[in-house]
Amino acid sequence: MDWQFLLASLTKIVVFVFLVTLPLVALTVWAERRVSAAIQDRVGPNRVGPFGLLQPLADGIKFLLKEDFTPSHVRKGFYWMAPALTMVPALMTCAVLPFGSTLFGEKMVIADLNVGPLFVFAIASLTVYGIVLAGWASNSKYPFLGGVRSTSQMISYEICLGLSIVPLLMIYGELNLSKIVYEQAENGWAMLPLWGEGWSLKGALLFIPVAISFVIFVTSMFAETNRLPFDLPECETELVAGYHTEYSSMKFALFFLGEYAAMIIGSGLAVTLFFGGWSLPFGWLKPDELHGEVGFLTGAIHIASFFLKVIAFILFFIVIRWTLPRFRYDQLMRLGWVFFFEIALANVILTALILWLVE
Amino acid sequence: MSDLVDVQINGEWHQFPKGTRMIEACREVGAEVPNYCYHPKLTSPGNCRMCLVQMGMPPRPAPGAEPAQPDEDGHVPISWMPRPVIACANTVAPNMGIRTQGELTEKVREGVMELMLANHPLDCPICDQAGECHLQEYSVEHGKGEGRFREQKVKKPKNVDVGPRIRLDDERCIMCSRCIRFMDEVADDPVLGFTDRGSHTTLAVYPGRELDSNYSLNTADLCPVGALTSNDFRFQMRVWFMKETNTIDTNCGTGANITVYARQGEIFRIKPRQNNAVNSDWMPDSHRLSFHWINDEETRLTSALAKDENGNHQVVSNENAYAIAASKLSKFKGHEIAIIASARMTNEELFMVKRLAKHLKAKIVETVPRTGEADGYLISEDRNPNTLGVKTVLGLDEPGSQLESIKDDIKQGQIHALIALQEDLITDAGFTDDDLAGLDVLISSYPSANPTAERSDVVLPGGCWAEKSGTMLNIQGRLQRLNKVMDGPGTTEEPWEVVRNLQQALGGGNGIHSHMEIFKQLAEKVPAFSGVKFQDIGDLGIPLIETGETLPLLEREKERVAQGLIVG
Amino acid sequence: MAIVVKRPKLKWWEHLYIPAIISGMRVTLGHFFQIVSRKKKVTMQYPEEKWDAHLPEHYRGAPALVTDEQGRERCVACQLCEFICPPRAIAIRPEEIPSDDKWAKVEKRPKKFDIDMVRCIYCGMCEEVCPEQAIFLRKDYAITGTSRDEMVHDKDRLYEIGGVRTGLVNKWNDLK
Repeated sequence: MDWQFLLASLTKIVVFVFLVTLPLVALTVWAERRVSAAIQDRVGPNRVGPFGLLQPLADGIKFLLKEDFTPSHVRKGFYWMAPALTMVPALMTCAVLPFGSTLFGEKMVIADLNVGPLFVFAIASLTVYGIVLAGWASNSKYPFLGGVRSTSQMISYEICLGLSIVPLLMIYGELNLSKIVYEQAENGWAMLPLWGEGWSLKGALLFIPVAISFVIFVTSMFAETNRLPFDLPECETELVAGYHTEYSSMKFALFFLGEYAAMIIGSGLAVTLFFGGWSLPFGWLKPDELHGEVGFLTGAIHIASFFLKVIAFILFFIVIRWTLPRFRYDQLMRLGWVFFFEIALANVILTALILWLVE
Repeated sequence: MSDLVDVQINGEWHQFPKGTRMIEACREVGAEVPNYCYHPKLTSPGNCRMCLVQMGMPPRPAPGAEPAQPDEDGHVPISWMPRPVIACANTVAPNMGIRTQGELTEKVREGVMELMLANHPLDCPICDQAGECHLQEYSVEHGKGEGRFREQKVKKPKNVDVGPRIRLDDERCIMCSRCIRFMDEVADDPVLGFTDRGSHTTLAVYPGRELDSNYSLNTADLCPVGALTSNDFRFQMRVWFMKETNTIDTNCGTGANITVYARQGEIFRIKPRQNNAVNSDWMPDSHRLSFHWINDEETRLTSALAKDENGNHQVVSNENAYAIAASKLSKFKGHEIAIIASARMTNEELFMVKRLAKHLKAKIVETVPRTGEADGYLISEDRNPNTLGVKTVLGLDEPGSQLESIKDDIKQGQIHALIALQEDLITDAGFTDDDLAGLDVLISSYPSANPTAERSDVVLPGGCWAEKSGTMLNIQGRLQRLNKVMDGPGTTEEPWEVVRNLQQALGGGNGIHSHMEIFKQLAEKVPAFSGVKFQDIGDLGIPLIETGETLPLLEREKERVAQGLIVG
Repeated sequence: MAIVVKRPKLKWWEHLYIPAIISGMRVTLGHFFQIVSRKKKVTMQYPEEKWDAHLPEHYRGAPALVTDEQGRERCVACQLCEFICPPRAIAIRPEEIPSDDKWAKVEKRPKKFDIDMVRCIYCGMCEEVCPEQAIFLRKDYAITGTSRDEMVHDKDRLYEIGGVRTGLVNKWNDLK
């Protein structure tokens, strides 16, 4: 470990996490409000700054200035810990996402781990502790119910989430996200296998399990991030505000940010796994080798490509939220355990069969 | 009178004593007959025609024909009369039939209502009677719903000053003559009468006279419409907003039964409540109007006061006031303390005072007598509502007899501490500043500001009669309930609570949390009350002690009943 | 007895939900693009654009007391509005009109007439119940104040909002 590596990593952390992801959270909040407004024939926040773009800033200031009220009946230690426990894991998963090829000869990923997806799942599953603690430490019935719901929901869908990407990993034979992305740049995105080796019978056959994987992955992602149509842990009509009912001010904001950060990271992961990460379609402007040197402009285009895809995905998240009504809890559990779990398992076998047959 | 006659009312046979008015018979079986002029305590002129009912008698056989044979129950078939009769002035007869429903009665009631309303102004928005107006009620129940008269209504004097407490609106009058009969028969001051004829008939006061009897406000109660209204209550509050509380009058020993009308902690009016053993249906104006001081926030004592080092009164919390009073009292021995209670206190409060005196080993417990002139109607000579209670509960044979000796004892330095409960010693008990100057400690409790409170070391807030519950014994020895109308202002407590809390602060346990618990103890400890349960007293009270006292108005009423003039 | 609702028989592709999701998104995105491309405008930018000119005659704004052509305050303090008011926003104390007043024959008027606009729900029952045509719901809707006391409209304020109303039934005419 040398100074240069440390400095480069630090820069990447600061820039990617704090200067890109967090502002993106703010932007997402704004987008959510404007998009939902447009969908509902309204205008949405348009007063603060041009197009209301500074609204998230105003909201942030409001959150900071509001009274940070701690009810007397809560378990203080856990109550304080819970918001951090939801926010931190969401941001930690940023570490392994490759958000670009190279820039100034640096790999555009904070930590180029060989167990990328595993790391993401391991860390992301910690989020549930924050929610459980929030629900339990609040010592109040609605947060408690929300916490319980959230726990079982997240644990259930983590299984589907994990199983759904097994076929991909089998196809790529790789757990390093950078390598997965480069592979897709060369041989067609998982969801768009139209060039390289993807443009073949094998590619066409493998598209079937990949598409199934994609549907399960995205649906599970909705459930994992507690977003509509699976926002049962905090559904207003039943649980007031679910696990964060008793929270106010910045502690509430942390939950809020954590949720949106999780959504961005989830989108990033989906883009990385299914839509070729930073790569452009048809192998355009592809580096010659993994982590191969590219020009500044190309590097920048790659980063832009990644974030464009992420933003597109986020918009998809938002539109889905304002389109679908909330599931019932038993339907949610049935969907997870009876359908997705089985389908994901069968999908693994199907992939294995296809791979074996094609070999 | 003891003979019973069979009467068929609305198809069902009932039995009533001979001589019962038809209207009373119908009322008894739940078939209300609307009426204006009829009042059980007044004679029945039968002039309003509102109580018209259909009547039938056994058919009179034609010459030579066989009389109708009774059926198996002994009833002869009824032959209904084609025209209605008034139910208020006719009495029941054997085998009579009465129909209070049916086409005929409905038609005639519609007709009577139409005539009543022909000249009645549309004053309801400004009429005080609205909400308790028989004309309103009956026009909804029995009226036609629309008038056919297109002519101008007859104009009559409005807003006529007929007496110091009564205002007359002649347009509203329906000529029921209740007020005229009341003033003539009950108040013995026949100043009212009708002048003119037909639709120009006008109620008027005898020239040169005023409707100024001390019972004049009863005419406003009697008036079924808003023709006679009370100057005091006029335009004060709508009747439907007020909460009614049944309680008793505390202005004299009669203990007239009253209903207090209050809204949001403010008393608006008092009306007599029927109790044929005490006040019949009436009460004197002087007693009825003596409630205004209760509403006066300026003069009421609303919190506990204690004197600071400079001798100025400071507002203190109730708890502190009791603690200060107790610490001051505990410096003295029992024989240095005197308690002056009040014959305006309830039996329960007096019982608590007795307990307090026992705890303090106080030398003297006394009350202040109040007397006035009996008016020969309802006002008794004793102007304290519970003198008999003082005699019974405190065991004082002659209340007030020791007041002079208390004054002497204070002067001679034998009494150092005085507790004055619900009495203003200077105004009512003849104490002077000099008398009180000899005291080391003066503790008083009274509903409003008074000279005694000014000199008191500790003033404890005690509610007035409308702000407490309990029982009282009137001059006839009748045990009656006083009910709380509303909470007292500020931190005022009921007087029994004041006594209890004071005793508690002095270290005497209590375990008493309601006036009913006190009554239970009272029934155990005081022989006269033994065996009486609080819930047995009811709204009308029960006779407890035989005193031989009578109320002149009631005696005269009994005579009129005996003569058959009124129903009673 | 509970009603048994027959569930629709779904085709196999309908079971997949995906067609339903797509048609749902077509609806939402349809609205989205119509608004974004400014083809449709539903809402109003409140403080800049106001609806005042288009308020219908029956609009229910702040209740107010009115005087008539002769300058008589129409309210006679019958307290029916106080009685009917569902949130108990109205508090009235009546008084007698002094005999030297021009309208002494009306006899009664409100001494105090308070409407607590924090409580008022603009239901219009007071207007409906009024036997004297004295209280009307006006078009004032932006009732604001910086304290609770300020939000209580007293008699003067109510007459100020209400103003003069003509063409009402005149019950207290000369014949009276």
